[in-house]
Amino acid sequence: MNTWTNATGNGKATDWRALREAASRRAPPELAGKILYVEGVTVSFDGFKALDHLSLYVDPGELRCIIGPNGAGKTTMMDVITGKTRPDVGSVWFGRSVDLLLLDEPAIAQVGIGRKFQKPTVFEQLTVVENLELSLPGAKTFWRTLLARPTAAERARIDETLEIIGLTGQRGLTGSVLSHGQKQWLEIGMLLMQGPELLLVDEPVAGMTPQETERTAELLLSLAGKHSVVVVEHDMEFVRSIASRVTVLHEGRVLAEGDMDQVQNDPKVIEVYLGA
Amino acid sequence: MGAPLRLLPGDSRGAAASFLGLLAIIAITIPILNLAVPASSPLHVSTYATALIGKYLCYAMLALAVDLVWGFCGILSLGHAAFFALGGYAMGMYLMRQIGPRGVYGHAVLPDFMVFLNWQELPWFWYGFNHFPVAVVMMALVPALLALVFGWLAFRSRVTGVYLSIITQALSYALMLAFFRNDMGFGGNNGFTDFKDLLGYDLQRDGTRVVLLVCSAVALGISYLACRAIVASRAGRVVRAIRDAESRTRFLGYRVESFKLWIFVFSAVIAGVAGALYVPQVGIINPSEFAPINSIEVVIWVAVGGRGTLHGAALGAVLVNFTKTYFTGALPEVWLYALGTLFVLVTLFLPRGLMGIVPLRAAALPEPVEAK
Repeated sequence: MNTWTNATGNGKATDWRALREAASRRAPPELAGKILYVEGVTVSFDGFKALDHLSLYVDPGELRCIIGPNGAGKTTMMDVITGKTRPDVGSVWFGRSVDLLLLDEPAIAQVGIGRKFQKPTVFEQLTVVENLELSLPGAKTFWRTLLARPTAAERARIDETLEIIGLTGQRGLTGSVLSHGQKQWLEIGMLLMQGPELLLVDEPVAGMTPQETERTAELLLSLAGKHSVVVVEHDMEFVRSIASRVTVLHEGRVLAEGDMDQVQNDPKVIEVYLGA
Repeated sequence: MGAPLRLLPGDSRGAAASFLGLLAIIAITIPILNLAVPASSPLHVSTYATALIGKYLCYAMLALAVDLVWGFCGILSLGHAAFFALGGYAMGMYLMRQIGPRGVYGHAVLPDFMVFLNWQELPWFWYGFNHFPVAVVMMALVPALLALVFGWLAFRSRVTGVYLSIITQALSYALMLAFFRNDMGFGGNNGFTDFKDLLGYDLQRDGTRVVLLVCSAVALGISYLACRAIVASRAGRVVRAIRDAESRTRFLGYRVESFKLWIFVFSAVIAGVAGALYVPQVGIINPSEFAPINSIEVVIWVAVGGRGTLHGAALGAVLVNFTKTYFTGALPEVWLYALGTLFVLVTLFLPRGLMGIVPLRAAALPEPVEAK
């Protein structure tokens, strides 16, 4: 968090205090203290509304699952939060001080939002250790990285993360030779290295074996509390095993929200998704 | 596209040592064989051959520059000949000013082509080029500025892949057309030639040629070490990450445009210095150096030698040009076909170039993360 004020790009100074004050005026009191505010966001592609006045709030330390049929807008929502897609209307705030719509992808990553993609995208030509090294927080400019030497603290952190994701034995292998499950874990490890406050995780168990799925569930559960985690997933068993709170998206809107049993017994949800 | 190509991780210590050793041997033995061994001896290296080897070393530098942006950063530049030619023109301007009143028209200040065009005074952008340090700065600065402006516009707009290749090609072509014009003040289609001396040393003397060869070898060695240092740094790993998954790198918080921009600018500087060393050794610079085919040939050298290995790119440049010298002498009409065939064969059967044949050693790059 210490480097993000200079990460807004283009050399223009951003008046963070003014933004914070504006934010505190805008946030209604009952919504105080959330880590993520998505309010009235609409995104349309050639007339098709991928998101339709979507509103969503995430608490600090929460593990939230987002489910919904294909085309419900789950990935588009991730794209909006991480700066890949700009909404037509609406606002997206990280905490009460950071307007995410003012930032681009690198700046959003530096304020503390990490993203794991649906398809695992590790750097195939780099080793496991190098993949983790590039995910370290801190200086990200060309000149700083050119002169950067790994510190003892950084090495310790890499070793610790290797331990968590269970890839200590594969540390010297290039990403290209890892199995699908190992790539998924490496990517989660890369997220952990960033030390984000908010992790966005897109379909973490797609294509995993039951054992791998179980280990991933444990991993995500151990992260909640320290980080806020938002998981998009199709696998209902997996969602049931990790989530306390589930949000169902449908046609770009929130259809239902609550714990797994509430959601599963909601007639609207049964109609569009679970009943199918 | 299929499975991603497994590229070599870089230059191992052994490869770097062999490469620099080879350069040192060239820089020491060629001067001895040229200057100290009598012309009657079979070991004598002619001045023609000395200049030829010097020229190859300049090409090797250009290949290094292209490999840095293409092999490591994934920017396929088809316009690097432009940076090479600009460096060459900067050197050419200095050499033209050195001719002084010894030109055909005997004008004290103006080069022959300006007198011929009835120009009365030196254009402003020729000021200072009679001073060698100014010329040296310009050899690096002009290519760097062009790369900075071009790269800033292109990378910021997120122009990538084949579109970027096409506009680099267009840039080089546009510069060629501009330099062909007499009004530009760079000698039109004749360019600059008839150079007399550099820093007071006669360019026709064997000793000067030998010194130029040694300078080229030293410049190549320094460029190689600089490129290797960049590639082996954390910034180098970010650059390779950009090559393999650009948008993923952005989500890690790296400003991809600025990494591409600095690599591109540095590469342009190497190309410019290579061009500047090339001109006094071949004795001429004209707009055909900007020709699109030149930039494409450099890409072929790099592909043949081994994209993503610095020494491979340099060796590829020397090898292909040696072959070119032979073919254009013995079978000139065959050369372009041979070059095309070579590129097709290498792409099909040696995706890692000639360096792909060399077995990959374990721990090819010292890994600073692990180093204590």
